[in-house]
Amino acid sequence: MASSLISNPVANSDRLRESKKKKKKKSQNQNQNQNQNQNQNKNKSRWKTQAEQQIYSSKLLEALRQVPRNPSPAPSEALPRGRAVQEAADQALAIAAKGRTRWSRAILTSRLKLKFSKHKRQRVAVTGTSRSKKPRLNIVRLKQKRIAPLQQKASVLGRLVPGCRKLSLPVLLEETTDYIAALEMQVRAMTALTQLLSSTGAGYSAAPADWLGSSRP
Amino acid sequence: MSSRRSRSRQSGSSRITDDQINDLVSKLQQLLPEIRDRQPDKVSSANVLQETCNYIRSLHREVDDLSERLSELLATTETTSAQAAIIRSLLM
Repeated sequence: MASSLISNPVANSDRLRESKKKKKKKSQNQNQNQNQNQNQNKNKSRWKTQAEQQIYSSKLLEALRQVPRNPSPAPSEALPRGRAVQEAADQALAIAAKGRTRWSRAILTSRLKLKFSKHKRQRVAVTGTSRSKKPRLNIVRLKQKRIAPLQQKASVLGRLVPGCRKLSLPVLLEETTDYIAALEMQVRAMTALTQLLSSTGAGYSAAPADWLGSSRP
Repeated sequence: MSSRRSRSRQSGSSRITDDQINDLVSKLQQLLPEIRDRQPDKVSSANVLQETCNYIRSLHREVDDLSERLSELLATTETTSAQAAIIRSLLM
């Protein structure tokens, strides 16, 4: 009797160990899949956190203080101040992305190219990075016969997202999802900054105290 | 259809499947405010791509408008480093 009692627990523990091993393998596989999904989710939800927006807002503020208030005395000042602010905002956004995505790296390298070519004709460099120019619909319609509509839309999308003109469709879609999330954060941060500056612009000494009182109940 | 086949033939080495593309397209659909509530089978991938382009363009326009307003606001108020610190703390 005693021996059977002893042997049973041993057999049970063996069985338990085997089932635990099997469970471990299954959970490892599941963990791998989950990690991949988690990484993707982390990347997407990164732009939605308050912390990320705060980091971006402070970077943006510093960049905006560097933007010169008065236009340079040179008559060939092509960039209106609004464009300068928009470029500073994009630059700060690309830096906040920490170079993990193609579009952020493309923004940063395009700025470098602009700096190098600044001594040459400034107009050429400016039109290269402008995104307010009218869409070239005529050229697209000429080519529409041969290119499948899905591919054509994908190429339009590739032109909208910086640095993604020649990417394959899956990579382009991934870049797009991150870019959209980042743009939404940029809009939220700039809206908050605008509201703040417009409300505290006038009465600077009194307003901050009011704001502090209202924002921290 | 033929375009999809030729695309997968070109990228055969990286094994991009239609399922992968469909998965990414459906994820993209969830991000777009216009069509995220529609049934996935009623929204084609071309539709999703079109809406994506429209959405990105509208976001760009918003950023441009906000840049304009910010540039005007910054022109009127010159911020010292102390004021910038106050603004930063108010944003937190």
